[in-house]
Amino acid sequence: MSHEANDAAAVKRSGGSGLSGRVSLSWLIHSPLALPLAGLIAVSVLMGIASDNFFTVSNIFNVLRQVSIVGILAVGMTFVILTGGIDLSVGAVMALAGTISAGLMANMGLPGPLGLLAGLGIGVLFGLFNGALVAWGKMPAIIVTLATMGVARGLGLIYSGGYPISGLPDWISWFGIGRIWTVPVPVVVMLAIYALAWVLLQRTAFGRHVYAIGGNAVAARLSGVKTQRVTLAVYAISGLTSSLAAVILTGRLMSGQPNAGVGFELDAIASVVLGGTAIAGGRGLILGTLIGAVLLGILNNGLNLMGINPYLQDVIKGLIILLAIYIGREWR
Amino acid sequence: MLELRGIEKSFVGVRVLHGVDLEVRAGEVHALLGENGAGKSTLMKILCGILRADAGTIRVDGTERHFADYDAAIEAGIGIVFQEFSLVPYLNAVENIFLSREIRGRFGLMRRREMKARARAILDRLGIDMPLDVPVGRLSVAEQQFVEIAKALALDARLLVLDEPTATLTPAEVEHLFKVMRELRRNGVAIIFISHHLEEIFEICDRITVLRDGAFVGLRETAEVDIDTLVEMMVGRRIENSFPARGEVSQEARKVLEVPRVQLRKGGPVSSFHLRAGEILGFAGLVGSGRSETALSILGAYPAAACEVRIDGAEVRLRDPAEGLARGIGMLPESRKEQGLITSFSVMQNISLNNYRKYRRSNGLIDRKKELACTKDVMARVGVKASGPEARVDTLSGGNQQKVVIARWLNHDTRVLIFDEPTRGIDVGAKAEIYQLMREFTAQGFAIIMISSELPEIIGMSDRVCVFRSGGIVATVEGARINSEDIMTQATTGKVETGRMDHVA
Repeated sequence: MSHEANDAAAVKRSGGSGLSGRVSLSWLIHSPLALPLAGLIAVSVLMGIASDNFFTVSNIFNVLRQVSIVGILAVGMTFVILTGGIDLSVGAVMALAGTISAGLMANMGLPGPLGLLAGLGIGVLFGLFNGALVAWGKMPAIIVTLATMGVARGLGLIYSGGYPISGLPDWISWFGIGRIWTVPVPVVVMLAIYALAWVLLQRTAFGRHVYAIGGNAVAARLSGVKTQRVTLAVYAISGLTSSLAAVILTGRLMSGQPNAGVGFELDAIASVVLGGTAIAGGRGLILGTLIGAVLLGILNNGLNLMGINPYLQDVIKGLIILLAIYIGREWR
Repeated sequence: MLELRGIEKSFVGVRVLHGVDLEVRAGEVHALLGENGAGKSTLMKILCGILRADAGTIRVDGTERHFADYDAAIEAGIGIVFQEFSLVPYLNAVENIFLSREIRGRFGLMRRREMKARARAILDRLGIDMPLDVPVGRLSVAEQQFVEIAKALALDARLLVLDEPTATLTPAEVEHLFKVMRELRRNGVAIIFISHHLEEIFEICDRITVLRDGAFVGLRETAEVDIDTLVEMMVGRRIENSFPARGEVSQEARKVLEVPRVQLRKGGPVSSFHLRAGEILGFAGLVGSGRSETALSILGAYPAAACEVRIDGAEVRLRDPAEGLARGIGMLPESRKEQGLITSFSVMQNISLNNYRKYRRSNGLIDRKKELACTKDVMARVGVKASGPEARVDTLSGGNQQKVVIARWLNHDTRVLIFDEPTRGIDVGAKAEIYQLMREFTAQGFAIIMISSELPEIIGMSDRVCVFRSGGIVATVEGARINSEDIMTQATTGKVETGRMDHVA
């Protein structure tokens, strides 16, 4: 109903972007990133006031390192949500990929690089399976991935007998705790994945098709977009990012953990949505997801630094997410 | 009974209504006329409380009213039937009519018999006979519209707004709707009727209010004006509403598309047709007669029981519109918003949607300079009026949106274009431009299938016409036999087609 109001605003916006000078500020205010960014700054300032240690280089790297796993999962999640889908299996697939690749290296004597590649393969396979069921099986994504979440979790537990698998080559730890210059490797990997995702979404036809399917799947199909293939691909990407997160996790824990990542799918979804991506698809930016993930990480970190009861932390986090989404709804 | 005076409205600094007046008497059908973007919809939204006016007064029966929301307007006896219906498809007519106002008996249970009797009484009064036990999603568009009208009447509406009610109806259904409207008028109900069809306005309306660019242009008695005057009032200039002259299509012209056999449903009629280069083949028939489904079947977008297709003589089987695109068949779907456009995209992104192959550089990235140049080029060719390629497509008028969808196909080596209701819901000026474009395309060797519910359009534009009835082609007419009598007879003879059909697509 305020449709026309939006239209008028959009006209104004597109007209305004031709000017220069104050444009960058007005562009920022109207950009979908404005709100997530404002939230990030607000939370950072609050945490800085509450804790002297917050704005130290080591703590900031610490936060980013903690964010990296959910942050990487959230990249695949962004692709999926942009098409109007959802992937609940990311945490379980991450655990499965990590467990099997650890098992192959530690117990089967597979050389390390091959073990890691096998883990990535498992992630992609699960993604393809999800995608095929959604695209060709025409089943709702939430049900398909809920089911495969159970399957992946169960397979990991069966394979490992429920115990962590250790005895990995030492160099694997580089992915979890190594540093390039002073930057932690997980942070570098995460940023590289975001950069790649940005190129894919903003600069390729595939990316446009992802947005198109979320915006209007019928129109996309009738105009000749291969919607089923694109759908398959986004779930495959989500499977791939799940298994890339598994590499970081394995490196950090120096073992394959079948019980890792429980509930991570929810943090990944929260990151995407906090980043301003519409849960119905079609609108959103990958950079927003990064901001959302970091925002979530700072909350975790700050509440810890303040020594707040962990059970209460969940409540606070939940309420902040609700508040953020509510404000975002009014904003748009 | 209703008086709007000096209504003004701005959206974020853009004035869309500049002091509009509208006065409607009890028991009259009052046409609200204007091109798209003239402010009709905004005015109606203000009338029924969905939007609030910046200035101006609303009087109902002489008392000034301010409607806080839609419910308040309903309380005051105003009912509106939107272009997009607000019915729940899985509920039946009775449940829809009484939705949220169910008659409750003891224990809060619904009194279904009483509700059904009341619904029946309302429909009987209007001379409407339709099944009440079927989910409304299975009813024809016309029947759904009657349910909407009955719903408003069940709320004691004394003023009914019908927003382009005839846009999706067949001529027979329009006649029925008009009968119902006359019945309502006799019962003292005032009707505001919005339509782009001037003939309809002359047939049914008592008075006409014309808007242009958000301003009141004039109020006329229908008996005192003619079509030319009205068009001039609407567009502010005289335009020729005739169809552009057609070229000759030689009988020897190459058959670009042949469909020797298409059957929509198992056991249904089997049809065949072909399309020559440079011709416009009209698909006429009632809504639900299988025109769109047949066209979609060719592209593989509708699961027909059987569909054989030959392109340039070679047998092909298309499973997906993407394969149709690869073979040079493009589609302008029936509903711009639901099937044509990605409304969150810019004009350029919408046009580029199926064109990225052309812009792909060797490294896989989009060549954005080339994209911009091509987009500007096709926008100019089709005549899309927008603030620029970056403008959001949902800020454009209906006619320009339609041109955006057309522009999408021009970047391709398409040779066959399927236009499904190409001028639905767009204003007179834009219609003429679309007709002109279609002629230009055929002159360039494109072949066009045009599905249309507007008989004048079919007659004015088609070189040959396939007439559909009950899921199949009953006749293909050409030359002098393309006239309204012949086509309507073919479309309606024999068993009366109720236009009801399960929508699987």
